[in-house]
Amino acid sequence: MSKKIASRNKASGNVLVALKEAQTRFGCLSQEIMAELAESLDVPVNDVYGVASFYSFLSPRPLGRNVIRICRSLPCYLKNCQPVVEAIEKELGIKPGETTPDGRFSFELTNCIGLCDRAPAMLINNDAHVDLTPKKISQILQGYK
Amino acid sequence: MPQARVVLKNCGVIDPKDIKTYRDSGGFKALQKARTEMTPEDVINEVKVSGLRGRGGAGFPCGIKWEGARNSAGDAKYVICNADEGEVGTFKDRYIIENDPFTLVEGLALAGYAVGAGQGYIYLRAEYHYLLDLLRGAVSQAKESGFLDGFDIEIREGAGAYVCGEESALMESIEGKRGESRYRPPFPVVAGLWQKPTTINNVETLMNIPQIVLNGGGWYGKMGPERSKGTKVFSVSGDVAKPGVYELVLGSPLRELVEELASAKDVKLMQIGGATGRIIPYDMIDTPLAFEDILGAGAVTVFNKSRDVIDIVYRTMEFLTEESCGKCTPCRQGTEAMLEILERFSQGEGLTKDIKALEALAEAMMLSSLCGLGQAAPFAVTDTLQYFRGDYEKRIQGN
Repeated sequence: MSKKIASRNKASGNVLVALKEAQTRFGCLSQEIMAELAESLDVPVNDVYGVASFYSFLSPRPLGRNVIRICRSLPCYLKNCQPVVEAIEKELGIKPGETTPDGRFSFELTNCIGLCDRAPAMLINNDAHVDLTPKKISQILQGYK
Repeated sequence: MPQARVVLKNCGVIDPKDIKTYRDSGGFKALQKARTEMTPEDVINEVKVSGLRGRGGAGFPCGIKWEGARNSAGDAKYVICNADEGEVGTFKDRYIIENDPFTLVEGLALAGYAVGAGQGYIYLRAEYHYLLDLLRGAVSQAKESGFLDGFDIEIREGAGAYVCGEESALMESIEGKRGESRYRPPFPVVAGLWQKPTTINNVETLMNIPQIVLNGGGWYGKMGPERSKGTKVFSVSGDVAKPGVYELVLGSPLRELVEELASAKDVKLMQIGGATGRIIPYDMIDTPLAFEDILGAGAVTVFNKSRDVIDIVYRTMEFLTEESCGKCTPCRQGTEAMLEILERFSQGEGLTKDIKALEALAEAMMLSSLCGLGQAAPFAVTDTLQYFRGDYEKRIQGN
């Protein structure tokens, strides 16, 4: 599978695009996947790892089916993102940087996502959730299998 | 000064999914005028006359940038729209794309015409993935209507890296690499994307181009003070009753934006331009919003009297330390060193020598960092040392 991704990107040699595709398909960029991509793209595995470790949306560790990214930058902080973070911790039983044992959710703190006028805000996968309060968390999370 | 609707002219008026509503509003008339009645040099001239400066924070004169690319030798040229909008507290480009992606497409096509580029890119931050379909829809409708003949627009997404909003890191990212800044010279207009002549312009900058082409650079130049022509879209957030996007003629006082429009009360300080921006105390609220005074990409985050200065600076530096690309020592090590000192001040364990250390680090970073992130990272520290020195002094051990 990763060979298909690599051959699509070989002409352009675009490691980042190949890694993003692999991330979407496999949910994680394991050492094996990175090694295969490196071989197929004909670049040193070091280069592949260098790109994978640079970008925060690429993950060498396995992520859950759904990734929660809650903003902790100043504008969201001023609008009380901390209680919302705690509500998520309580609801899922995990802390930022962790994944639920059933693989349903990964939870990360992220930097400004450009929703400061609707703070506090978070992304779950590619969906924006805004005007957050601790009370809203349970229902929002129920929407994600 | 009154609010203006130049950039935001179509927002809330047209249907961002339907090109017909854009065309009914005069859309693509500028591109047609340029292609049929003007040479690329004419277009560049109008942009130069307008005095339009980049709206992404750096404020480089747009016409001069395009002229540089036009005059550079190259078998291929590129025009890029920087939609990476990662500066803390900035969301104007998100709002613009949500409401009027067509003007952006027309602006980029005009850039391509002026510069002589057959290929354009829109680099959209990964966190704005939910805007991708809308943007793709605008590009494909423009193409189907025949407006993009001889010009192709490809949308590339980021992968979560603030520094990729910096133009050279952005190009590295499009090339598939780590988003590390490049040594300059050569500048992008000479050797940019894949070492070809390239222009990189912010979303908001490009939004101004169609009207400048239609109405002439002189029309645009009538707005704003000497070195800050036109309007600016501000993103206001934080301790305000009415956060949101506001467009004002440049030169308007900060007070108008913060107190009158956004309804802020009990203001202690404002951070203008995000994490790499300036910090000013409330008593400077009559400062004009202009390149001559204070601007950036126009993020205005308001902090009220309950907020702690050291906490604000610490969190700002925490962000920058994490987002530093790591290539150059002054930024990579300097942000970390500043953060370590600020952490001690947060705990009330500052040392007297720390303030001199912060000042020395600031000087080194501003002078020798490879890109704007490192060069501007010290601002939160140096500005608060200037205006809120007492806050540091009372956190010194023994004080």
